[in-house]
Amino acid sequence: MAETNSQLSAVQGKLGSKVIETSEPQGDDVLILDRSDLRESFRILKEDPELDFAFLSDITAVDYWHKKEPRFEVVYQILSRAKRRRLRIRVPVPENDPSVESLTPLWRGANFMEREVWDLFGIRFIDHPDLRRILLYDEFKGYPLRKDYPVNLVQPRVPERPVDGTFVDERSRNKLLHLQKSLGSKI
Amino acid sequence: MKAETKELPSEIMELQMGPSHPATHGTIKFNLKLDGEKVLDCDVEVGFLHRGFDKSCEQATWTQVIPYTDRLNYASSLINNVGYALAVEKLIGAETPLRCQYIRVIVSELARLYDHLTCCGMAASELGAITAGFYMIEARELITRIIENLTGARLTVTYVRIGGLKHDLPHDFAESVARAFKTIRKLLDDCDRLLSRNRIFLDRLSNVGVISQETALSYCLTGPILRASGVDYDVRKAFPYLVYDQLDFEVPVGSRGDNYDRFLCRIREIEQSMKIVEQALANLPVGPVWIDDPLFVLPEKEKVYGSIEGLMHHFKIIMEGIHVPAGETYFAVEGGNGELGFYIVSDGGGRPYRIRVRPPCFIAMGAFHEMIKGYMVADIVPTFGMVNMIGGECDR
Repeated sequence: MAETNSQLSAVQGKLGSKVIETSEPQGDDVLILDRSDLRESFRILKEDPELDFAFLSDITAVDYWHKKEPRFEVVYQILSRAKRRRLRIRVPVPENDPSVESLTPLWRGANFMEREVWDLFGIRFIDHPDLRRILLYDEFKGYPLRKDYPVNLVQPRVPERPVDGTFVDERSRNKLLHLQKSLGSKI
Repeated sequence: MKAETKELPSEIMELQMGPSHPATHGTIKFNLKLDGEKVLDCDVEVGFLHRGFDKSCEQATWTQVIPYTDRLNYASSLINNVGYALAVEKLIGAETPLRCQYIRVIVSELARLYDHLTCCGMAASELGAITAGFYMIEARELITRIIENLTGARLTVTYVRIGGLKHDLPHDFAESVARAFKTIRKLLDDCDRLLSRNRIFLDRLSNVGVISQETALSYCLTGPILRASGVDYDVRKAFPYLVYDQLDFEVPVGSRGDNYDRFLCRIREIEQSMKIVEQALANLPVGPVWIDDPLFVLPEKEKVYGSIEGLMHHFKIIMEGIHVPAGETYFAVEGGNGELGFYIVSDGGGRPYRIRVRPPCFIAMGAFHEMIKGYMVADIVPTFGMVNMIGGECDR
């Protein structure tokens, strides 16, 4: 227990006023961080030799609609392989401006995970190189993992996408033309 | 002669591979940019099998989520069950009896065997070594029969419960495992003779899909792909859960980070998994498999049908669900493809507020373009085979 506390206080010492709250539910180390300069905070966590949280494990989000203010929370799981410690970081994100800084410059694997959070929660990641929908299709309306998205909502059918750039076998069309010529307007 | 040959004019071709392609077992699409046969860039499109796992879980009770977890990585559904149950138990603060923990280790390792045999067998048969592929599928069939005998199902097992197991091991379990392992070892020996000095197989796998240690860590890869690059990160060793710290096993680590090392890592892990199962069976303690807490455990059927209290108890747990205290937690186990994490949030009710799965192969697909850049189109097949993408887990 003492070691846990020392780790959390070490993190708190390095990040200073960015830390809103620390807690230890079920023996996990949990940190609530302010979202301003988020990438810089993660850079310290990753590169500081004392902290050494060099491995990003997971990025996700939770929607606390009508339960908590601010509404969203982006949750990061990072770990230190050398020290065998995990750290969970929760970043509150308000509803009127759902955006946090992207971590892709630090971990390239954050790309897919942040795209998934954008896709399902509609939280934007600033400076993300390629923020597109990933699990759903581009025409999908709304963000299904938000709590105000009804579970039985049916999305409208989308028209077929233009096949621009796709290889089309012109020979079959020519064959049809030949047939039309030889048979007149019967076809 | 050389001076006379003109360079052939070539333009960059865009090719869409998938979503339904014989080599991409699982629906996934690669948007390739090709220069001749060389892959310049690869944009991976996932999500064809997305069915809203997270949203569905929010509608179900905590126990009703277990069948959903079966359908994540259906090649190792027992590990998914175990991981989910452990995450919920962590939030409850319950620890299952020792016998239950041993059985969970045994079933996890059987599922890992199943997963690796599927992956290696499919990869081998895709490269033309169809005999070796069939041998591994035969070995896998033996595991499937054990699992069927134990749980009553071949793939979607739903064996683990929150706070225990569906039921104890069948009485002839240890013998049937010993018999199966004997055959599997013989089959793996045959595969080794078929593959390890097979020129075609080696050429197709070695030095293909290379990913360096730094790149693998930067892409958050876990499991055999990360270990093939030389990082010995295994959740069973780094953050031991259940009784893994009391068992003697090694974590095979590669060095080059190519497809052959990934293949070897998986094959060695098969051996280690068999070793773990044998140790756990030898040390299996006697005792109950359920925690002693009526808040989470269904009453015995005699009580349900024989007394009103038992019936009410049963009804409350089935209809309302067990009540998990409010809070949030993360628990990770070593799945077939890497760290399989469950992040769960409870608001104190009978249904989960949020369940997030950290899908190891979804994250591995995020690094796929890095693995395949600069190689040939034909190299996509073994590289994709060694990533072992399972659509159910990748797209959820």
